[in-house]
Amino acid sequence: MPSPRRADHNPGLPLAGPRAGPGTACHRAITLRRCVSFSLYARLAGYGFRKHATYVGAALAGAFTNSVFGVLRAYILIALWQARPGLAGYDVTAAVTFCFVTQAFIGPMQLLGGGLTLPERIRTGDIALDLVRPAPLQLWLLAEDLGRAAYQLLLRGLPPMLAGAAVFGITVPRDPARWAGVLACVTAGVVVSFAWRYLVCLSVCWLADDRGVMVCSMLLTTLLSGMMVPLTLFPGALGELVRALPWAAMAQAPADVYLGTAPAGPTLAFQAAWGAALLALGALATRAVRHRVVIQGG
Amino acid sequence: MVRTYALLAWTWTRAAMAYRASFALMVVLGVCVTATDVAVILVIFSHTTALAGFTRDEVLFLYGAAGLPFALCDLLVSNVDRVSQHIRAGTLDTMLVRPVGTWIQLAADRFAPTRAGRVLQAAAVLGYALAVLDLDAGRLWMVPVMLATGTVIFAAIWTLGGAAQFLLTDAPEVINSFTYGGGQLTQYPLSVYGRDLVRGVTYVLPLAFVNWQPALYVLDRDDPFGTPGFVRFLGPVAAAVLALLAGLAWRQGIRHYRSTGS
Amino acid sequence: MIETERAGRAFKVRGSVVHAVRDLSFRIEPGEFVGCLGPNGAGKSTTIKMLCGILTPTSGRVRVAGLDPSRARTALARRIGVVFGQRTTLWWDLPLRDSFELVRLLYKVDRKLFAARLDELTEALDLGGFARTPVRQLSLGQRMRGDLAAALLHDPEVLVLDEPTIGLDVVSKAGIRSFLLRVNAERGTTVLLTTHDLGDVERLCRRVLLIDHGRLAFDGSVGDLMATAPGPATIEEVVTRLYTRGRAAPPPVEPV
Ligand SMILES: Nc1ncnc2c1ncn2[C@@H]1O[C@H](COP(=O)(O)OP(=O)(O)OP(=O)(O)O)[C@@H](O)[C@H]1O
Ligand SMILES: [Mg+2]
Repeated sequence: MPSPRRADHNPGLPLAGPRAGPGTACHRAITLRRCVSFSLYARLAGYGFRKHATYVGAALAGAFTNSVFGVLRAYILIALWQARPGLAGYDVTAAVTFCFVTQAFIGPMQLLGGGLTLPERIRTGDIALDLVRPAPLQLWLLAEDLGRAAYQLLLRGLPPMLAGAAVFGITVPRDPARWAGVLACVTAGVVVSFAWRYLVCLSVCWLADDRGVMVCSMLLTTLLSGMMVPLTLFPGALGELVRALPWAAMAQAPADVYLGTAPAGPTLAFQAAWGAALLALGALATRAVRHRVVIQGG
Repeated sequence: MVRTYALLAWTWTRAAMAYRASFALMVVLGVCVTATDVAVILVIFSHTTALAGFTRDEVLFLYGAAGLPFALCDLLVSNVDRVSQHIRAGTLDTMLVRPVGTWIQLAADRFAPTRAGRVLQAAAVLGYALAVLDLDAGRLWMVPVMLATGTVIFAAIWTLGGAAQFLLTDAPEVINSFTYGGGQLTQYPLSVYGRDLVRGVTYVLPLAFVNWQPALYVLDRDDPFGTPGFVRFLGPVAAAVLALLAGLAWRQGIRHYRSTGS
Repeated sequence: MIETERAGRAFKVRGSVVHAVRDLSFRIEPGEFVGCLGPNGAGKSTTIKMLCGILTPTSGRVRVAGLDPSRARTALARRIGVVFGQRTTLWWDLPLRDSFELVRLLYKVDRKLFAARLDELTEALDLGGFARTPVRQLSLGQRMRGDLAAALLHDPEVLVLDEPTIGLDVVSKAGIRSFLLRVNAERGTTVLLTTHDLGDVERLCRRVLLIDHGRLAFDGSVGDLMATAPGPATIEEVVTRLYTRGRAAPPPVEPV
């Protein structure tokens, strides 16, 4: 049996409590601002969705490539599971399903890197314009990225699943509660993926060599998210370790919820913990960048 | 042609070497990226002793025999798959007004010497496999032949991919299915895959001749799919035909190039 | 030197056919300095691209320096110099000097000749200050001068320029103009340029080709061009009249 994600390994950050008591003027102002910002972020998410909707061709091309790689990887997993039936708690169908589910995540979770234009903007200095906007940069980009992910879940996520269903047959959960869990875990996965990519992008401010950082990130993500081989195949303590790292939250964890090999609740807690931790780090990094770019002037 | 390529590549190498630390880092990272594929093979064989009838060392032999030509092409010609980027940026126009073949210029454009690390990595895996496998010395002549065949086949696929982008300007990523997909496919014995897929990569896109068919000869094994023995030696023919087709497609692409309304 | 005979180029755009250029016939003799005018979308750039071999004509015939550009593209490339004002022919990430070195290698220019030529161009275009700067960091004016130098390093017989003065300030423009005149006068290089700047036409061109809707609408000297107006007029007025012929007249501009 694959050990379920242990959420208690990663204590979540305490959520910021309300800063003003109910009924006070301050509270009303905050509520109002929250409403305004909610519609702002919803709008941004919509904008991210539509921005990517103009690249239908690119999305479908990506979906095609993901499907092809899905088929190639699935054959290898089938061969392995034929040699070792029931390995890591999956049967052959579960292994094949895992393969196509993770391929479907490549687009929404941007497992191969990219998706943010931040490094470009840092290099050209346009980042200064982003930082003086009234809304926090990280949330702004997160909203846009969620819109992008929603679009890519449809256009780059569905085709590999359909390909997998057509070529090999995959399992599809029947239980609506499971689907709700899957959706929640995928969303949480996108947040973790975004928070990680955001940090990687901001590192360009301090590291001269951004390409190196990008490749490092891609390396870690592809290998440790479960996209190349299920993390449950990693032996012993190494396996325990890689399943507790944030990259596992991007593919392995939601895929396990899809397969029903892990419960949704604890998985979600595991993802939320990493999401909160990385977003908090991102907020600190944004402060530092703002200090560097806006206050010191580059 | 070779001279022009070397000159262009050298200019880019010099530019890349200007930042030595970053250069070294990229070499190391490049090796790591391809090493993940080996890592996956090792993870798989930590759970089994044979995959579709092949042992770990045999799979590493197949990996190295395809990985070396793949990495070589990735280093030397893979840049031709950036045709659509060049079309959109208008840089293809500038290449067309220079007195040197467009293919050469594209292949050498942004030559990334840091990818040489991957060539060495693949060569090391191949060397290891050749050393540990108890191979019939009389069959080893096939190894250089298969490396040359593989290089031509991958180069032709990249060229076809570049040519296709004159049509598929908006969706260049489709090409990756065939170039990088081909690299992925040839890492494992074809006996892993389905019969139809193997037929496709034998008779349509001849990836089977990169390593699978010649390796069956080197390893002295029968084809699980039952192709007759002479097919093991058809690699060079398949490579030549594919290269010819790629050349023709490339010419057509350039001839029907529409540029962009600027 | 340049000859087109009923040359045409059509593009299929989503099912319909756009005739960017049609039935274009003209002849340019060696040593001429010709300006090509025309409203946006008239087909100037398309014409230039057919002359350099980038686009294959879909009808008619084009010859430059006695060669068919699309068939003998690489042979022709050695004999012509091309500048696209809207984009650079230099290597974006390389210092200007490295770009020139690459041009030398690609065009197989003799080392000694190249050095002499580069000195000459560096002096004439004042390139000394930024030879080591990567092209992407150059200002537009610097980049354009670099592009011009790169196009002339192999001493071409024909120089083709698509909007070489676009976006330049008065001083840079004047510098480029006098440089082009010098190249044309001293080396006898045939020059064909497209422009939207009528100052270029007035100061540089002895002959004007006016393209409209892909067809040749006027071919003659600047004097002849001015004579198409019924009365005394500035060149702006003359060209405006030619551009808007058969269309509604533009709204009069209030003097400030
Ligand atoms: N690659 C292309 N595909 C489709 N249509 C094109 C292409 N290139 C040019 N066109 C069309 O051909 C016509 C002529 O374009 P061209 O670029 O030659 O005009 P131009 O005279 O250079 O205009 P401008 O002064 O704006 O540069 C335009 O209608 C343009 O939309
Ligand atoms: Mg134009």
